[in-house]
Amino acid sequence: MRIVVLVKPVPDTASGGERLRPDDWRLDRAATTAVVNANDEYALEAALKLTEAHGGEVVLLTMAGAAAPETMRKALAMGATSGVLVSDDALGGSDMVSTTRVLAGALGAMEYDLAFAGADTSDSGGGIVPAGVAALLGLPYLSYAAKIEPDPEARTVRVNRITPTGYDVLEAPMPALVVATQALGEPRYPSLKGIMAARSKALETKALADVSVAGGDGPVGGAASTTAVLGAEAPPPRGATRVIREPADEAARQVVAFLAERRII
Amino acid sequence: MAGAGAIWVHGELTGDGDLANISAEVATLARTLGEAAGRDVVGIVVGADPEGAAGELARYVPRVLAITEPATADHAAGTIVGQRIAALVERDGPAVLLTGAGPEGRDLAGVVSALTGWGVLVNAVAVTWDDGPVVTMSVFGGKLTTTSRLTGDHGIVTVRPNVVTAEPAAAPGAVEAIEAPGEMTLPQVPIVDRLEAAGVAAPIEEARVIVAGGRGVGGPDGFKVVEELAAELGGAVGATRAAVDSGWIPYAQQIGQTGKIVKPALYLALGISGAIQHKVGMQTAETIVAVNRDPDAPIADFADVVVIGDLFEVAPAITAALRARKAG
Repeated sequence: MRIVVLVKPVPDTASGGERLRPDDWRLDRAATTAVVNANDEYALEAALKLTEAHGGEVVLLTMAGAAAPETMRKALAMGATSGVLVSDDALGGSDMVSTTRVLAGALGAMEYDLAFAGADTSDSGGGIVPAGVAALLGLPYLSYAAKIEPDPEARTVRVNRITPTGYDVLEAPMPALVVATQALGEPRYPSLKGIMAARSKALETKALADVSVAGGDGPVGGAASTTAVLGAEAPPPRGATRVIREPADEAARQVVAFLAERRII
Repeated sequence: MAGAGAIWVHGELTGDGDLANISAEVATLARTLGEAAGRDVVGIVVGADPEGAAGELARYVPRVLAITEPATADHAAGTIVGQRIAALVERDGPAVLLTGAGPEGRDLAGVVSALTGWGVLVNAVAVTWDDGPVVTMSVFGGKLTTTSRLTGDHGIVTVRPNVVTAEPAAAPGAVEAIEAPGEMTLPQVPIVDRLEAAGVAAPIEEARVIVAGGRGVGGPDGFKVVEELAAELGGAVGATRAAVDSGWIPYAQQIGQTGKIVKPALYLALGISGAIQHKVGMQTAETIVAVNRDPDAPIADFADVVVIGDLFEVAPAITAALRARKAG
């Protein structure tokens, strides 16, 4: 079984250094380190477990800037076999429409039984690209998976989709696109052996011209963006913190008084 | 024509076929924008039996289009509803389609955007109108607020829960049943079974009060203290990734980077240090109260009130004080 996992390098949330460049409001990638998007790690972990159980391999697909291989090596160190990176200056500042069309074009040229994507990303967090990729490729779309059970013989996949009351069990023929969530289980840490092996794994880089963009002939990339940022600012700071150091009953009395004062109770 | 340049709002259905709460909020926002901009406001509901939800949506907007689509009864709805709405918006040309930013709205927006090429402004926390939607979004987990607009004449906006309070219009609108437009070419994914999860609570994104537990709660039994306080406040129970990954509480309750983003009136954090991955999910709560043994925990830097103490003593004391207050 061959599983392609869509992986996005995102600014490390823990670094606290995320900012936009004031001239074009694009992410200042020099200001922070990049990590594999957390939800993509859950997708990758699920893919690795499935190929360990059923045989096969996991291939990464990334659309990002020229520094992406560094982040992709972290995902390769977890156990992916190889990766494809679509990177092109013209794609800087791509909106979600362009991102969807380019990723769908690149995925459409690959061989796979299943494609996995994380539920959303920690930077802009729209959570809409996977549904669009599936639509452009005519793939069955199974989102918000808490469980993924492929049947390689029957060439079908079952997914427990999270709903407000439980799960809808979805079933579709392969190839299909599945959206992964944290409910699939904690990602592994790369082993030292994995880190060493990742250095020599194949990473193929494609320019925009090498991709047969899906969804029509219209232009893609920053110049074709359907959305424009007008400005960015830090949210207003919260007020000062009131610290209560009292025995439990007195602390509780003060908390309740505060909630009443704020008209919450 | 249902109005070129109009503001459209998608009426999302719950599993029972009712109108989702988020859609009542988004419809209220759409109506407010329409009044300010002098644009028509139109609701759209696609479902196996859309009349009930369409009628509910018409409490908020003057006109609702209802499309009967039997396949949504037993298939994943996003792709099906997305195709219908994509065909409709291409035909009628509204300026914007508003939808919720939850799982259903995201699936829908992705399909409609891919099929129409319309841009998407995501996770709106405020929307105004200046010859088109001007959308405030919270990015990088709330570290920055950006303002964006569409570059073309059409687009989609996904709106976060709790951005506006749902408020019915002075007079209810009209529901029009219309024929389903367009071709259904994308694969339909059947729902072969439905499973109820144990201990399902109300969706935390919609809760006005959330009491959440973290590593400090210590185990599944410790969550009883959290649940009791939540019940007393009429709120929902939330949790950190550590508590969820330890199996103490279902993933549906998780708040933070890989869980839910919430904006309640009160967030009461018990035994939660306030690491950045959790903070990004709750920092826009109106009021934050924390109970923590560690005075140096990061949450002490952004809570409105922090009680330094043992949550197993303080939380039951707050529950008792609330009960005593109610008893009068």
